[in-house]
Amino acid sequence: MHELSIALNMIDVVTEEAAKHGGSCVKAIHLKLGPLSGVVKEALVGAFELARADSPLAATELVIEEMPILIRCPRCQGPRAIVSLYELACIECGTASAEVTQGRELEVTALEIE
Amino acid sequence: MSTQTRLVQVRQNVLKQNDVTARALRERFHAASVYVVSLVSSPGAGKTSFLEKTLTLLNGQCRVAALVGDLATDNDARRLARSGAPVRQITTGAVCHLEAQMVENAVADWKLDTLDFLFVENVGNLVCPAGYDLGEDLRLVLMSVTEGEDKPLKYPTIFNTADVAVLTKIDLAAATEFDRAAAYRNIQAVRPGMDILEVSGKNGVGMEAWLGFLRSRRGEAM
Repeated sequence: MHELSIALNMIDVVTEEAAKHGGSCVKAIHLKLGPLSGVVKEALVGAFELARADSPLAATELVIEEMPILIRCPRCQGPRAIVSLYELACIECGTASAEVTQGRELEVTALEIE
Repeated sequence: MSTQTRLVQVRQNVLKQNDVTARALRERFHAASVYVVSLVSSPGAGKTSFLEKTLTLLNGQCRVAALVGDLATDNDARRLARSGAPVRQITTGAVCHLEAQMVENAVADWKLDTLDFLFVENVGNLVCPAGYDLGEDLRLVLMSVTEGEDKPLKYPTIFNTADVAVLTKIDLAAATEFDRAAAYRNIQAVRPGMDILEVSGKNGVGMEAWLGFLRSRRGEAM
């Protein structure tokens, strides 16, 4: 359970970026989250609630975009969805590949500020 | 008075501070020609025993040191120090994983260029360490034969972020009716192409092969 430290990191990143862009109030945080980030969405949402209490982000909305895992399939030559998290293989042709092109994200992509 | 809401693109990794620290560490390690190996596993998988054996066999042949992370106590550090290698404990308190900053603090006063290998034993945990780069060259995930063959399927993320899987306590394989084929299949399913080693910290089986693997990896990297 390390989502609380992740939430605190996220607050630091958001506060820094908001200041950089001259925003006084952050209305929403847009976050990309992949299953291979090691972070569980529900736990992060709960931890964010705790971590932001009494902070300038107390009323900020957290918008999470879940990023499905994609691998580069050596046979189909492109980014492909996987069979499952328990089988990193191309969903089209079944070829295994460890080359993950999407799904590790834990990234603040945008802020709505005013 | 109405205020305008603006959408600004940010694109910042939440763990960027850790990534920045890890990158600086990696550069420092490379400049000093020290090859850094981290170890993750569940509690009780045999990390300390494996590492003790590794340090004992390497010490004298080359210059080795270890950092060991635990929530509390320095029992593991004292155990590892029996190998004769310099060992430093990182006590994380309530934190369930090591972060790059903790490694940086721990090696701050060490002369890294006097080392060939540095081992970093993470806190026993198969979930939380996954996203934290420690500046290591090689990440091992250890799994003991007593844990069940489906461990990789239960913790795919940590297997996915590791470079090598080490099956420990292999001396107990027969007694526990360990299904080797199933274990290999599960590891390859969540991390295709992963190197797998089998070792016993107890009777030393597989240790020479592991040290050979380690030396060749260091040779490629340095």
